[in-house]
Amino acid sequence: MSLNIIVLAKQVPDTRNVGKDAMKEDGTINRAALPAIFNPEDLNALEQALRLKDANPGSTITLLTMGLPRASEIIREAIYRGADTGIVLTDRTLGGADTLATSYSLAQAVKKFGNYDIILGGRQAIDGDTAQVGPQIAEKLGLPQVTYAEEILDLKDGKVTVKRRLESGVETVVAPLPCVVTVNGSAAECRPRNARRIQKYKYAVSPSEKEKLSDDLKAVVEKRPYLNLQEWSAAYVDADPQQIGLAGSPTKVKAIENVVFTAKESRTIENNDTELEDLVKELIANHTIG
Amino acid sequence: MTDNNNLIVYCEYEDGKVADVSLELLTKGRVLADRLGVKLEAVVIGDKLDNIEEQIFPYGTDVVYKVEDKRLYPYTSNPHAAVLINLFKEIKPQICLMGATCIGRDLGPRVSSCLHSGLTADCTALEIGDHKDPKTGKEYTDLLYQIRPAFGGNIVATIVNPDCRPQMATVREGVMKKEIKDPAYKGEVVALDAGKYVKPEDFVVEIIDRHIEKSKVNIKNSPIIVAGGYGMGSKEGFDLLFDLANTLGGEVGASRAAVDAGFVEHDRQIGQTGVTVRPKLYIACGISGQIQHIAGMQESSIIISINNDPNAPINTIADYVITGNVEDVVPKLIKYYKKNSK
Repeated sequence: MSLNIIVLAKQVPDTRNVGKDAMKEDGTINRAALPAIFNPEDLNALEQALRLKDANPGSTITLLTMGLPRASEIIREAIYRGADTGIVLTDRTLGGADTLATSYSLAQAVKKFGNYDIILGGRQAIDGDTAQVGPQIAEKLGLPQVTYAEEILDLKDGKVTVKRRLESGVETVVAPLPCVVTVNGSAAECRPRNARRIQKYKYAVSPSEKEKLSDDLKAVVEKRPYLNLQEWSAAYVDADPQQIGLAGSPTKVKAIENVVFTAKESRTIENNDTELEDLVKELIANHTIG
Repeated sequence: MTDNNNLIVYCEYEDGKVADVSLELLTKGRVLADRLGVKLEAVVIGDKLDNIEEQIFPYGTDVVYKVEDKRLYPYTSNPHAAVLINLFKEIKPQICLMGATCIGRDLGPRVSSCLHSGLTADCTALEIGDHKDPKTGKEYTDLLYQIRPAFGGNIVATIVNPDCRPQMATVREGVMKKEIKDPAYKGEVVALDAGKYVKPEDFVVEIIDRHIEKSKVNIKNSPIIVAGGYGMGSKEGFDLLFDLANTLGGEVGASRAAVDAGFVEHDRQIGQTGVTVRPKLYIACGISGQIQHIAGMQESSIIISINNDPNAPINTIADYVITGNVEDVVPKLIKYYKKNSK
C-alpha cells in the first residue's frame, strides 16, 4: 500500500549552543548570531516517515513547514535524506503566532493538501519546548493523536501501531488512520544525506528562490517539476485573518527578561590533599554529609 | 473585569496514588485561589477512584470532581480531553493547571485548542497580576502571569491570556513545593456521570501493552546530589560519580547535554527541561552551568563545583570552587570521606 505522508518540521535557531554574542546588550536575542537548523526531533519524525516509505514502496513524503521563506532550506535537507517534496507556509500575516495560531495555520495547510494517511512531526521544537503544536493540529483536524512516539511498529489495515516512551515506562498503542504522531528524541536517528539525491535535488527551489537564479538555472528548474518546491500564503490555505498571527493568539507576551543569577561569594578550594580533606571534614562537621 | 470563577487542577494518579506534581499544583493553586478569592477545585478522571479525594482535600481543595469509568484508565488523549472540554464548558474555570508530564503535555494542548483558551507550557512561576494591553490600552485585573523560560532558557517570558478562559498552564514536577494546608480540610465531592462527558467514539486509540515502572531514580527527594555534565565524556565517566554518590548516600544527576549524549537516563536530568532539585548538597562535576541547568538547582543549600575551567559560569553561584580534573578530585573526596566519617 502506498502512503501519503506529511512530515511537519520547523527551522529553528540552534538554542542548544548559545554563545555570548547571541544575546544583545539590551537582553534580547540576536537571532542573526544563531545558526538556523532542522529542529532535531523533526528529523526523528522524518526517519520514521522514511521507514514507512521503505516498507510501502510508492509512498510519498511531503515536508510541511511554516516560517520565513528561507525555511525551504530544511525541505532540501529532508529531500537529500529521502523525502519527496515540500511546502513552505509563509506569510507576513502569520508572524507573531503562538502555538494555537500556529496549529490553526498548519491545520489549514493540511486541509488544503487534502489526501493524506498519516501526519508525523517532532515532539517539540527546541526554541519553545512546548510540545503543543502536534496535539493542537490533531484537535483542529479532528484526528486522534499519538504523542511521545519512539517507534512505529506496524502500519496496516488502516491502523498504525506505535511504541510510546513515557516518563516511567513504555506503552504500545493502536490508532486508526489518519492520525497525528509526534516523535520523541529517543527514537532512531535520521539517516544521513544521500550523495546522489544531493546531486539530483541541489537546485530544488521555492518560487521566491527561483526568482534569484540565473536564467540558465531557471530554465533547468522549469523543465524538471521535481525541482519545484511550493510556497503557500495564508490566503491560499483559506486562513481566517482573525485566527492567525498575533491577532489569532490568545496568549500574549507581557514581558521578557534576560536571565541573571545572583552570584555568591565562592570559596576556592585548592586541588590538593590538605584542602580537600579539610573540606570533607567541614561538611561532616556541619552535618551536610555523614 | 473581575472573574469570580474558580481555579481547577487536573489530578493525575497511578496505582491509586495522586501524582506529586498534581499535589504541588494544588498547593500553588490554593495560594492563587486565595489571592483571587475563589475556590480551589480538582478533577480526577479514571477508574477505581474510591476515597481518592482524601489525598486531595488536605491541600485546601474545596471541590473534587470525579469522573469514573473503567475505560478512562489508563489515560488516553481523546476521552480525557472530551471530559475536560465538556466540564469546562459547564463550570467555566478561570484557571486550569496541569502537570507538564507526558499526560499533561498531551492533554493540555488538545483541550486548549478546542476551547481556544491559550496554554503556556512548563511554567516555572505562576503569579496573579494586572495587565494593560499596549495597543488598545485596555486594562485587565488579576490575570494569571505564566512565567516560563524560552529560547533554551536564555530568557524568561511572562505570558498572559487576557481574553480567553480558562487560562491554562502546565508545570513540571518539582518546580512548585508540595505542602499540606490542613490535614482535616474537607471539601465537597461531585461525582459526574462519565457517559455525559465522553462518547463511545472518543475511545479511538487502544492501548495494547503497557509497562509502567516506578522510577528507580529519586533525585528530587535526595538530600545529596552528585551531578555530571557533558565533560564526563562517557557512560563509564559517570561510574565515578555513582561511586561518590553511593559513598555519600546521594543520587546522581546530570545536565541536559550529558543526557542527550546518552551518558545517563533521562530521569536524572536536572534543569528547566528536567527536574528541579533543592538538595542540601549539590556537587557539580564538569558542568559548565548553562542557564537552563542552573535554574533547576540554584536553590541547593550548598553547591560545590569541580571543573577544569576556573571561569565556568556555574562557579559564580557555587559556595566552593575546586579547579581541577573530576577524575582527580572525586576519588580524593571518596577517600577522605571514608577516612573521616564514622
